Formats: sequence, C-alpha cells, structure tokens
Amino acid sequence: MSDEKKSRDASTGAALKSKNSVLMAKLFSAIVLMFGFGYALVPLYDVLCEVTGINGRLVNDNREASTAVDESRMVRLQFTTSVAPGMPWQFKPKVNYVDVHPGENTVVYFKATNQSNLAVTGQAVPSVSPGIASLYLNKTECFCFEQQILNSGESVDMGLVFFISPEIPQDIRTLTLSYTLFNVTQPISKPSGDLQAAL
Amino acid sequence: MSTLSAIDEHNDHHDHKPKGMMRWILTTNHKDIGTMYLIFSFLMFLIGGAMAMIIRAELYQPGLQIVEPNFFNQMTTVHGLIMVFGAVMPAFTGLANWLIPMMIGAPDMALPRMNNWSFWILPMAFAILLSSLFMEGGGPNFGWTFYAPLSTTYAPDSTALFVFSIHIMGISSILGAINVVVTIINMRAPGMSYMKMPLFVWTWLITAFLLIAVMPVLAATVTMVLTDKYFGTSFFAAAGGGDPVLFQHIFWFFGHPEVYIMILPSFGIISAIVPAFSRKKLFGYSSMVYATASIALLSFVVWAHHMFTTGMPVAAELFFMYCTMLISVPTGVKVFNWVATMWRGSLTFETPMLFAIAFIVLFTIGGFSGLMLAITPADFQYHDTYFVVAHFHYVLVTGAIFSIMAAAYYWLPKWTGNMYNESLGKLHFWASLISVNVLFFPMHFLGLAGMPRRVPDYALQFADFNQLVSIGGFAFGLSQLIFLVVVIKCARGGEKAPAKPWEGAEGLEWDMPSPAPYHSHTTPPVIK
Amino acid sequence: MLGLISSSVFATSSLNMTKGVTDISQRVYDLHMTILIICCVIGVVVFGAMFYAIIKHRKSQGAVAAQFHESTKVEVIWTIIPFIILIGMAIPATKTLIEMEDNSEADITIKVTGSQWKWHYQYFDHDFGFYSLLSTPREQYENQNGKNADVVKGENYLLEVDRHLVLPIGKKVRFLITADDVIHSWWVPAFAVKQDANPGFINEAWTIINKPGIYRGQCAELCGKDHGFMPIVVEALSQADYDVWLAGQKQDIAKAEVAAKQALASTLTMDDSMALGETVYMTRCAACHQANGAGIPGAFPAIKGSPIALGDIGAHIDIVVNGKAGTAMQAFSGQLTAKELAAVITYERNAWDNNTGDVVQVSEVNAKGAK
Repeated sequence: MSDEKKSRDASTGAALKSKNSVLMAKLFSAIVLMFGFGYALVPLYDVLCEVTGINGRLVNDNREASTAVDESRMVRLQFTTSVAPGMPWQFKPKVNYVDVHPGENTVVYFKATNQSNLAVTGQAVPSVSPGIASLYLNKTECFCFEQQILNSGESVDMGLVFFISPEIPQDIRTLTLSYTLFNVTQPISKPSGDLQAAL
Repeated sequence: MSTLSAIDEHNDHHDHKPKGMMRWILTTNHKDIGTMYLIFSFLMFLIGGAMAMIIRAELYQPGLQIVEPNFFNQMTTVHGLIMVFGAVMPAFTGLANWLIPMMIGAPDMALPRMNNWSFWILPMAFAILLSSLFMEGGGPNFGWTFYAPLSTTYAPDSTALFVFSIHIMGISSILGAINVVVTIINMRAPGMSYMKMPLFVWTWLITAFLLIAVMPVLAATVTMVLTDKYFGTSFFAAAGGGDPVLFQHIFWFFGHPEVYIMILPSFGIISAIVPAFSRKKLFGYSSMVYATASIALLSFVVWAHHMFTTGMPVAAELFFMYCTMLISVPTGVKVFNWVATMWRGSLTFETPMLFAIAFIVLFTIGGFSGLMLAITPADFQYHDTYFVVAHFHYVLVTGAIFSIMAAAYYWLPKWTGNMYNESLGKLHFWASLISVNVLFFPMHFLGLAGMPRRVPDYALQFADFNQLVSIGGFAFGLSQLIFLVVVIKCARGGEKAPAKPWEGAEGLEWDMPSPAPYHSHTTPPVIK
Repeated sequence: MLGLISSSVFATSSLNMTKGVTDISQRVYDLHMTILIICCVIGVVVFGAMFYAIIKHRKSQGAVAAQFHESTKVEVIWTIIPFIILIGMAIPATKTLIEMEDNSEADITIKVTGSQWKWHYQYFDHDFGFYSLLSTPREQYENQNGKNADVVKGENYLLEVDRHLVLPIGKKVRFLITADDVIHSWWVPAFAVKQDANPGFINEAWTIINKPGIYRGQCAELCGKDHGFMPIVVEALSQADYDVWLAGQKQDIAKAEVAAKQALASTLTMDDSMALGETVYMTRCAACHQANGAGIPGAFPAIKGSPIALGDIGAHIDIVVNGKAGTAMQAFSGQLTAKELAAVITYERNAWDNNTGDVVQVSEVNAKGAK
C-alpha cells in the first residue's frame, strides 16, 4: 500500500467514520433535547408568570382567608367583563369597583344570565392589570375555579371572595380584574379545523 | 501545493459521473449538491420575488385594484416564507456545500448521503407550500410569523399543509447543519487548526450550532399550532388556559437566532472577498471570530424585542432593550475590521468587491435602524410599521442577498471554469444598487409617517412614497434577470478562468484548477 | 443642534415621526432624533473612512498594500467607545420607558376591545360604550377591474370612523385593552400609545392629551383580511366640551332605550325589514358573506341556500345574536339594535331566492339575548 493511500485512508477510513458517528449521535441528542425544550417552554412560561406576575395571569387561587388587615391604605379593585363570541350569556359585575384595605376579605358578585334556549356551560378566565399585581390578588373562592352550567333562561349571582396581600407595593393603588367568559359546552377538545379536509 | 493538485488531477481522470437526470437525483458529491441548492434557491428567489411584485403592484396606488385583501395576506405570508426558507437559507447551504470541503482540505462533506436527502426534501416542502395557495380557502395568510390564534382558530384549512412543509424544511436545515458541524470538526486537513480556518468556515460552524439549537424549537412551535387547530389542545387559547403571548415567546426564541442564521454566513463571505480585492489580509482575524461567537450567544437573549407592545413588565422590557443594544457592539467591530482591511490596501473593484462594499454600507444602515428599534419607547412608534419592513429588508436584501451575489460572482470562475462577463456583472450591480434603495429607503419614511405593515391599502398621505417604492420594486425585480443571464452565460462558456482569477485571493480552493475537479483533496493538502 | 434640526422642515414633513400632542410623545420623538443623529454621525465617520480608502488606496492610483492585519489596542478602543455611546443612549430611554409604564392615578378609564374588524370603546366610569367602524364608503376602495375609478377618495380615506372616541384634554386617560378574537393592536401615533389587544387578557396604557383635536391611528397587528380597514379616531375636547358631549351621549342612550321599547311593541312588515335588513347586511355582513350571499368557499359560509337561513328560525337568530364559538362568526347582539337584528335576519331568510317568507319580530330576537 502506497504512502499516499495510507494517509488517504486515515482521513477517510473506518477511524473517521467512527468519529463522525460519535459526533452525529451527540448532535442528534442535542436536537431531540431542543425539541423537548420547545415544549418545556410551555410550563416554564407558567412558572415564570407565577413567580414574576408577568402577563397578569392569576395564580393565587384557593388561599385561606386573610387575617391581617392594613388599615393605613386603600386599594381600588376595578372589575370588567367580556363575553367571548358564541357565548349567549349576559355577564356583568354587580359593582364596577371596590375600595378595600390590603388584607381585608371581601366578596363581590357577578351576574350571569343564560339568554339562549339551551343549557350552556361557561368558563371564566381572569386577567389582571398591571400584570405584577396578580402576585398580590388572592382569590379564596371564585366562580372561575370551575365551569358553571346554566339552564336556558337561568340567572345566577356568582361570587368572588378575595383579599389583596398587605405586601402589595405602595405604588400600586388601582388594579383591574378582567374576566372573559367562554362557551365550553362543547368540550374544549373539539377541534376548530378539519384535518381531513386539509389533506 | 501544486504538485498535490497535479496528483489530484491525475486521480480524477477516472472520475465517472453518471449521466443525465439520475446523476442529479443520486449524487452524493458536495459540488453537485451545492449547485442544486444554489439553482433551487435562485428559482425560489424569483418565485418569492414575483409575489413581491404582486404586493407592490397592489400598493402602487391607494385602493384595492388587483387582489382581494385575503389573497394579499397570502402573498405577504408566502413571500416571507419563501425568501427566508427557500431563498436565503438554501443559498447559504449551497455555498457551504461547495466551499467548506475545499476550504478545509476535505474530499467531501462528512455525510454525503444525508446531504443528498437534505437537498431533495426541499423541493417537496415547497411544492406542498405552494400548492396550498390553490386550495379552497387559500394558503397561509397569517404572516410568516404565524401568530396564534390567527394561525389556529381563525386560519384556513390549508394550515396543516403549511405546518408539514415547515417541518420538512426544518428537517432539511437540521440535517444540513449536522453535516456542516461534523465536516468542520472531523475532516479538516492536518495542520488546518481552528484559528487557521477561513472566516467563512467559522461563520458557518457557528451558524450550524445556532440551527441545531433553534430549528427544533420551531418544530415544536409549529406542532403546537397544529394540535391547537386540529386536535383540541389549548397552548395559545385563553379559553382552555393557554395564552397567545406564549406563542410569541416560543416563536421568537427560534425567530431571533434565525435572523442571525441568515446573516452570519454573509459575514464570512464578505471577510473572504474584501481582503482579496484589497490585496491585504483580513484585519483582526481573531476579533472577527470572537465577535461572531458573541453575536451568536447574544442572539439567544434578545427575542422579546419583537414583543415590546405585548404588555411586558418594565423590568423585562429594560432587559431586552439593553441586550439588544449590546449586540450592536460586536457587529460594529466587524464593520470596523472590514474597513480597516481596506485601509491602505491596494483596491480594485470587480463585481464581487462592488457587492461587498455595498453590503458594508447598506447592511450597516439596516443595523442602524435595528438599533433605533431596540430603543423600547421609540419602538412603540416603529413596531408593526413600514419602518420595521425597511429595517429587515436592508439587512436581508442588501445584506444577505447581496453577499450571496458577491459570493456567486467571486466563486463562479472556480465552479464553472469560466470568467463571467464583467460588464454585465457591473450592470447588474449598479441596476440593483439603485433600484434596491429606491425600493426600500422610502419605507423608513412611510413607517415614521404612520403606515402600518401587512396592509393592502393605505391613507392618501402615503401614496407618493408607495408609488416610488413600487417603481423601485419593479426595477429591482427586472435587474435580477440580468443576473440570470450572467449565470447562464458563464455556465455555458466564457473566457477560461485560471486557478486563481483574483490576484489577492487566499484559501485552499484557489490552489486547485478552475473548474475545481469533481473530486478535490482526494489526498489531504499540506497546510503551511 | 437637536433643536435646530427638529425645528426645521424635516420635523413637520411627512418624512419624520410625529412629535404628537402629549409630553410622552414629545419625549419619544426626542429619543428617536437622538438615536438617529448618533447613527448618522457614526455612519458618516465609518463610511467616510471607507470611501477615503476607495479613492486614495486604489491599485489604479498606484497604491501598494500595507502589511498590518491586527491590533489589540484598536479592537479594544472600538469596542469600548460604542459601548459608552450605548450607555449614554440607554439612560434617557430607561427614564422615558419607566414613565410610560406607570398607569396609576388615572382620571378616566376606557376599555378598548378589538375584534375583526372594528374597535369597541367602553367608558368605564359611565357604564356605556359603542362600536367604532370604518366609515369610508366601499365605493372608494373597491377598485378591482377598474371599478369605481371615478369615485374620489375622501381626505381621511381609510382613517375615518362612524363614532369617535371622545376624550378630554389635560386628564390622565387609562386604556384597558383586550380583544374578542385574534390579536389586534391599538395605536395612536399622536399619543405614542401602542399596545396589543390579546384575546382573553387585559393590557394597560395611558396618555394625557395636551391639545384639542382629531387624532387618527390604525390597528397595528395583522388580524385577518381587513386588518388595514379598522382605524382609530380620537377626538380630544376641552373639559367643558367633553362634559357637554357626555351629557348628550346619556340623552342619546335614553332615546335609544325608548326606541327599542317601541320597536319591541311594533310589528315589522316584510317590506320594512327587507329595506332595513339589506342596509345592515351590506355594511355589516357582506365583508365576509359577500354581497351576493355566496360567502367564500373554505373561508366564510354562504347564506344563500344555507340550511341555517332556510331552517329553524331560533337557531338562525341564535347564531347571529350570539356568534359561534371556535369560528370567526361574532356575536352581533351588542353591535346592532334588536330591530336591526330582526331586519337583517329577515333579509337573509328572503334574499337571493331563499324566499322563506319569514318575518322575524323584535321580540323573537330579544328572547335570544339581544339587548
């Protein structure tokens, strides 16, 4: 075997193939990991939202009622509602706002009426502004914890029991709590697109 | 060196290429595959460009003259998808295939059969995407960034096809990236240490790592869109506990590194061409490597600068503003290094150098508008306006695309063995340079004056600039036909090219004959 | 120097960003000009050096290439100097941003809801609201195949709406922004306010308008086919004028309630319904379902020959009044009066050879949840 061929083999032979396979395997694992990371971003996002209050997603559910009240200041909590398309309910807060002391347990009601002629199940989804305030809004009891079913023509006063943490920063004096009401009578798992039609 | 080339030539008398169609379908040769990628990308560039012509024709005057708004949205969407995934990325991959083995002294890419698959699934992917335009309900119409829920609940039936075609494009890119990494790490000729590699090889190595890191995240994103739309998941729907803003975070985690994927190879190309025509070594080689690596690392922590108006808290906005501003530092360093390379060189201005100089000026202008966009309070006025459209077209067209053209002119003699027609090349350059600026510069003003993007019609105060922009667009489109002529003529014949047609060129590829032998570096070269 | 340039023609022409009518918009403009000027100066220096080299260091002029190709000192210098410039820029930007994000102590709250393809404004403190739709007539923008070539486009083409958002000057207005369907974005350049409207979530923004006037903006997030056709018009009035307007609104609401009661008591005839229904259909339904009722296959269903329009009246009313979850069909109950709803449903059931002969009465519509 000539010297040339020997040196050619060294760079193109079995040794190289094995090096390549090892590196390829590492790179493929990186790819699988990153695909998983893409999905992991979903719960990561939730965790980050909980910890930082970003995006106003409410996380303080089912807290025990508060026992300490900070009498020295008042905070205004405004209420606003939206009804999603396809949801035949009227849905309004009974009061537009309440002024409370941080730590004060308060109950407010939202009136919902099913105006259609079928039983309808609703799910309310809350959102708070400013986003950071969601860290301090504690819901002891909320109609948004479960789906609510109303029969045709039925009305109900749905309650929210909450308190605002006394730790809320001094510079937050007004919060807005918004509920969007969705029609979930069809299970959420009903797809909105027809895959067969597409293919 | 030359003795080894002679030996190579001798060995290659036996180079039997199969003939006809089957050669191209079955080839595992990096030069053939590189050629196919380049031809494919040029074809896609023309198709995506045709869509841009439709867009500009509609926007020539106020009023809806030519297309329905829903079709207009399909044009803007598919134009973007084709240019990003069908023109720019495959062009860079084609250059990688042709040049990397030659530049590092390797006989071919590490994984030649996978290389073949990486290419051939691309025409499939685009056939699927383009066919969706003809479906009932139309093709994708939600922007290339496909935000949910516009791309889920409110999207046409063809969305599944869009998702599958993106999956296939992603697989192609990922496999290509793996091939590049393995080739560069394992197949450099003895003596070709990392810090001796041409900068084009460095930039592609770093780009390949970016691709491996983020293309799978795009795959995850697009799969979530598929399941939200067809299988009842609620990643992005508030009703089911999801969040539309989550989509944007996951998408842009891919999306921002993606735009650096689309420019880092450009930096490598310019770093080869400027020294050649300055007859002077690249200034600050190690700085250039470190700057490229810093840009790649920083690209992972700036994604939310696309999301300043989504309702982020101040702390997050400040973090992303600072990191985004920071990226301009290593980028600026690269520009200074190119200018320092030219300084006190001995300059000539053949077509590759003309495109490279235009790149330096115009890409930098795109960088400046990018820096302006980074300033969050100002971004509230720029976001989703034509100011953004101006920014990314400067960095992508006068940036990436010009660098690809520079590369084509520079290496065509090596690929074909013929010199291209220099007068036609210069004509192409000047026609493109003038028309591209008429096309994109006024968009800055349109954005500042308040014109939103992705609209098929506009208020009367935007009419004059839109007409000017459209004229620039038609002219730019026509100018690319000159390039088509240049390439075809060169492939078919012309003045014979020597091994090194450019006096100042450096690199292993210039030590071999033009055209480069079908199998080059069959024995590893000796590196000085 | 900034002042000189800002006060020049450059600032007031259509070339540059608006200075706007709020303190924040002025500061945003100043930030914009600062960064622009910094970039221009850097550009002049860098490109100047490059063009100097192009001219003086060309081979055709006899230039011989030097040999230098690295210098750590120089690399450090041109890393540090830009870094310092950036810090200089970041400081005023940070200050302005922190102020822009301080939504506290508002005087007025307006809830802004985006939907395909219009805005809804609710005056939070007074508990009333209204939709605001593009009012440019179709003939002005429908120009396919040379149609309407003789129709002149109005001065505020595509930037006019049927009902303005009316606000007082000098008061801090807080906007609560959300959406009903896809992501939209509420943008008024004169205030430098732009915030995305995310469905199911609420965002905040604020402004204090310094000058009375009319300020026009547009939706700034792709939201479907009529994304370019849902503008924003804010009318800023002095406090006194605003109070007068508010009082007028309350009177109008009272009048509308009376009219609604009368409509409920009256009986609609086929002719009246078809006339009113056609007007409503053409302005509110035709965008998707098309003027000929045929819809767009694969995107928007046809009403002509549709099982819903020809079948059970209750189901037809329900879908128009309450919309359909998981589709683009909105709830029209808040957007049209009960009488308009009854009329348009009658129209749909009888136009284009549907010919059911049904005449829908206001009471039937009310029963389904119309207000």
